[in-house]
Amino acid sequence: MIPLNFEYYRPETLADTVDIFDKLDAEGKQPMYYGGGTEIISMGRMSNLTTGALIDLKEIADCKVLEYQQEQLVIGSSVTLTQIHETNLFPLLSQAGARIADHTIQNKITLGGNLCGTIIYKETVLPLLLSDSQVFIAGPGGQRTVPINSVFKERMQLGKGEFVAQIKVDKKYVSCPYVHVKQTKQDKITYPLVSICTMAVSGGIRAAFSGVCGFPFRSIAMEEELNDRSRSMEQRIDKAIDLTPGPILADLEGSMEYRKFIIKGLLNSIINQLEE
Amino acid sequence: MFQLTGEGLIELNVNGETRKALVRPADTLLFALRERLGLTGAKPGCENGDCGACTVLVDGWPIKSCLMLAVEAVGREIQTVEGLNGAPIQKAFVDKFAFQCGYCTSGFIMNCQGLINIHPDASDEVMQEWLQSNICRCTSYQEITEAIKSVLITENT
Ligand SMILES: Cc1cc2nc3c(=O)[nH]c(=O)nc-3n(C[C@H](O)[C@H](O)[C@H](O)COP(=O)(O)OP(=O)(O)OC[C@H]3O[C@@H](n4cnc5c(N)ncnc54)[C@H](O)[C@@H]3O)c2cc1C
Ligand code: FES
Ligand code: FES
Repeated sequence: MIPLNFEYYRPETLADTVDIFDKLDAEGKQPMYYGGGTEIISMGRMSNLTTGALIDLKEIADCKVLEYQQEQLVIGSSVTLTQIHETNLFPLLSQAGARIADHTIQNKITLGGNLCGTIIYKETVLPLLLSDSQVFIAGPGGQRTVPINSVFKERMQLGKGEFVAQIKVDKKYVSCPYVHVKQTKQDKITYPLVSICTMAVSGGIRAAFSGVCGFPFRSIAMEEELNDRSRSMEQRIDKAIDLTPGPILADLEGSMEYRKFIIKGLLNSIINQLEE
Repeated sequence: MFQLTGEGLIELNVNGETRKALVRPADTLLFALRERLGLTGAKPGCENGDCGACTVLVDGWPIKSCLMLAVEAVGREIQTVEGLNGAPIQKAFVDKFAFQCGYCTSGFIMNCQGLINIHPDASDEVMQEWLQSNICRCTSYQEITEAIKSVLITENT
């Protein structure tokens, strides 16, 4: 049971969505966008939610797209992890999504909701960072398309009333060689101890991480160290791990030392596979 | 634009019938099915997306009804265990003794029915992947696997 009361709106166009947000905001209802609702309902049940109105994005035509448009794969923000997996148009994203929660919940979690939620893992962002994806954002100030590597800094940096409508991925990236590994403490279906997505692009390795720091990230500085073949494999990995953009997590999933140990082992095996 | 701004009547398409339910926008589909429509097959367990006891089919896909708002289901086709009417998977659960206390059973059956509908040719790996969405406290996992396998095999012969 969710004790809080809120209103529910389901617009069908981007323009109507922005208009209803503005109206509800002006009425002081602190509207929230609603994707799959898996996080919003869980937080609502625990009374960790403050909103007077939800705006469901699932019937907006632009947010339901999942197709190639010219040389870009366009994925609407309301597309579910299952749809991404079943169509398998971007295999690395399919695999990363298929390890989030369980199969039934993947029928509900949307790409936009995973990217914009409060959970620190947001594992679907990893393939998008590696493939220099573009994010199509709509909001009261109009529409903009920006590189994910500039708008995702620890979390999606959205202005008031803005929402993610689509993700666009250049076709050239979807078929690059890749390795995805999600290591958990014990069960298969749980939060990551460490989740790593890697991609070989033009002879170099790109790597993005979740579960390592308090936010998911891709680090160019770490990639430079990982790609420095003048050093031994051990040195490459050690130098890269020294450059994580924040402190390595120490929590119930694992201590900092244990995480470092796991990351080293995983990176060693991943690099060997990609450099074969 | 569809909207519900307070407690009100919504129409839900459940098991092929249009049913009216009085709900708040914050009510879950699980609550509406059980408390408003008397369909108690979907069970409340964790109400947190972890156990799968509340699983129903929405447009043919298994969904944890504790993680869906009732209003969200307006315009979608909902199927609960009551709507199966003696489907082969129900008989298979009986034949293979795939339950003990039975609390998880309707959720498992709906998940299995979703798999049978969508991937009747599912490999063992896909079947395991889907079954991991549900938990059986009485650990009938072996028998549940046998039940779904027996139906998938029949579908494929
Ligand atoms: C049992 C369980 C285990 C999980 N394990 C993992 C895991 O290991 N790794 C992982 O990454 N995730 C995991 N998740 C998923 C995660 O916790 C969230 O539940 C999920 O990502 C939310 O997606 P949603 O579409 O349901 O979003 P919603 O609940 O609808 O929304 C989440 C937030 O995003 C906002 N939002 C939604 N869509 C948009 C949009 N298009 N633009 C702007 N803002 C938007 C909402 O306002 C809200 O603040 C797990 C979830 C469950 C239930
Ligand atoms: S009650 Fe819905 S998953 Fe447990
Ligand atoms: S039969 Fe008792 S929980 Fe599964």
